[in-house]
Amino acid sequence: MTTATFRDRRIVVAAIASTVALGLAACGGDDGSEASVDAPDKLTYLVNAENGNIPPVLEDMAQGVCAEQNEVLPLEISSIPQAELDAQIQLLVGQDALPVMFAAGGTPEEGAKLWEAGKLVDFEKELEELGVLDLIEPGAISTIKNLYGGAFNFLPFQYNVEGIFYNKAYFADNGLDEPQTWDDLMAAAETFAAQGITPFAASGEQGWPITRLLSGYIYRSLGPDALQKVADGEAKLTDPEYVEAAAQIASLGENGYLGENVASLDYDSAQNEFLTGNAAMFYMGTWALTAINDPEQNQIGVDNVGFMPFPAVEGGAGSIDQYPSNVGLPSTFGSGTFTSEVGDWTKCITENFGEMSLRDQNTISGFKVVNDVPGLPPLTQEVQEIIATTSDTVLWMEALFNAKAGQDSSHNAALLVTGEMSPEDFMSMLQTDLDAG
Amino acid sequence: MKSVLGDRRAIAILLGPALVVYTLVMLVPVVWSFGYTFVSGNPLEGFRFAGLSNFSRLVDDPDVHAALLFTLKYAVIMTIGQVVIGYTLALFYVFVLRRSSTLVRTLVFFPVVVPTVAVALLYQKIFQSAPRDGIVNELLVNVGLDRVDWLGSGTTAFIVIVVMDIWRSVGFYGVLIYAGLIDIPDDIIESARIDGARGWSLFRRIVLPLSLPILLSSIIFSINGTIKVFDSVLALTNGGPGSSNTPLTLYMYRTAFAYSDYGYGATIALLLTIMCFIVTLFIFRSARRDITT
Repeated sequence: MTTATFRDRRIVVAAIASTVALGLAACGGDDGSEASVDAPDKLTYLVNAENGNIPPVLEDMAQGVCAEQNEVLPLEISSIPQAELDAQIQLLVGQDALPVMFAAGGTPEEGAKLWEAGKLVDFEKELEELGVLDLIEPGAISTIKNLYGGAFNFLPFQYNVEGIFYNKAYFADNGLDEPQTWDDLMAAAETFAAQGITPFAASGEQGWPITRLLSGYIYRSLGPDALQKVADGEAKLTDPEYVEAAAQIASLGENGYLGENVASLDYDSAQNEFLTGNAAMFYMGTWALTAINDPEQNQIGVDNVGFMPFPAVEGGAGSIDQYPSNVGLPSTFGSGTFTSEVGDWTKCITENFGEMSLRDQNTISGFKVVNDVPGLPPLTQEVQEIIATTSDTVLWMEALFNAKAGQDSSHNAALLVTGEMSPEDFMSMLQTDLDAG
Repeated sequence: MKSVLGDRRAIAILLGPALVVYTLVMLVPVVWSFGYTFVSGNPLEGFRFAGLSNFSRLVDDPDVHAALLFTLKYAVIMTIGQVVIGYTLALFYVFVLRRSSTLVRTLVFFPVVVPTVAVALLYQKIFQSAPRDGIVNELLVNVGLDRVDWLGSGTTAFIVIVVMDIWRSVGFYGVLIYAGLIDIPDDIIESARIDGARGWSLFRRIVLPLSLPILLSSIIFSINGTIKVFDSVLALTNGGPGSSNTPLTLYMYRTAFAYSDYGYGATIALLLTIMCFIVTLFIFRSARRDITT
């Protein structure tokens, strides 16, 4: 072997080695496998773009009551569409790059998985240490435990019941009382439709406002454990009584009760249809009180809006006073970045969010309101009363579904009411998703 | 030079770095992704060996069948649309507008450089039906026709996707084929004219055969682009309404990242890769023949 050959070989080896090293350096980065807590320099918060309630309150806090904490860890909010949230969180978890604080996706099962993987803070422990655990409504903690893997691992930035907001004047003008049964509701809808008023404003583009009607009917007709039975495998969505519920909701579209373009109507537009008097009723959670109590958005009058529960189904096993309840899309903190500075922020939020949210946004959260908030609109007070007195609650359609069933449910709901998908096909698709696990 | 290229070590030094980078950024992820097809799970829950279950699921999954059907339907219609309209535009540039075609070419090419999301938002507004009618529905109502919920039904939403994507991409095919057409020597066209070829016969016997190579390139570009459609469908309809307009790429993305099923997502990706591979092979095989004879 000559010296030249030897040198050449060394050059080849060196060239390849340096290229590999460069490539690995470029593709590598922090493997993030350390179990220790990384100290963040900002309070990054990833939230669903549709959420108009939480970010403004947090921003006010950062400038006011939590200014001290904000000085140490400045609040930085970013948002993405709700439908993308689960996927985004999955991606960030894979890269061990979760934000300090983030909203749950639409599928509670995904939140429970994060908990099982040790990615979330145990608020029962942390808030106890911070001395503020008693500032959370026990009902909200129980709802969170039921949904997210049995632990208090999300914070209840909202605490909602759901029902039907209605235009009082339209009902009074037609001599209609609050419908107590599904048949009464259909009769009222027929009355409005005959006058050219859209009976229900609902966003088919979002889908879930329609599946909420479906779960409402299922709970009223088959009882409050109807969807739990499906989750437990004791019943199937393809059973005739479940398909019948889907057929009833499909008939809303067939009869034109959801308006002409329900499939294309987005959330804000649907809400706007109701608040401008084009629609008589609007099924929604009480987070909609923010818009309803805003005179600029609500052109039919703040005092002209009533709230009623989803009506009973005659002969059904459910009861009209079983309100669907939820904690909105609750937010949480990643365990990997929960430092004492983040703990200070959490304490400040826990102490103040309930009051500020109620005062500024008219929304009710699962944080206790320490001081009285004067001047609340009557409808908000009414809802507060309902929340305080409701003992028996139910969930929503997708609450116990896996991610695929949840997405298919809301993606295809519009097709159910436009008649492009039969009730049998719709329920069969969801059951197939559930069976696949 | 010959001595350098004849030396294996020199070749290794010259090619080695590029080969290593290519291996790292292309081959490793491909092999990695193929490995995922035999597992189930995700980074959060961990991965479990699943044998061939992802493949058997792929065969039985009605969503894959629907997505595959949509992808093929879209690819065929779009390829025909892009190439035929692109070819017509190119003929228009060369034989009608001639040297003054620059402005028209620029204008028609313009949508190609506009971001897909911006184009999708534009088309959402144009074909809007709620809460207010867009320009298309306004026109329909003004001429006495019924308004249509364009994006609310699978069939009409598909029409909007096709119209939008053809509008968005046809400028590129126009220019691509134009570049091929202007390469046809003037003297051949001239002599054909002297021989009495006019209009259709000139096109059929002279222009079309001489432009077949560029036409074939356009078809390859088009099929390979449209079979992997993702961004325009995602931005315009998000695969909807329902899952009626969901291509394989979007289903793959959702399976892997929204449903956290990396293994099955990788299996769908493999199906897509095989489809692209077959199409490319098929076209390259036919391209080997001398099509001008």
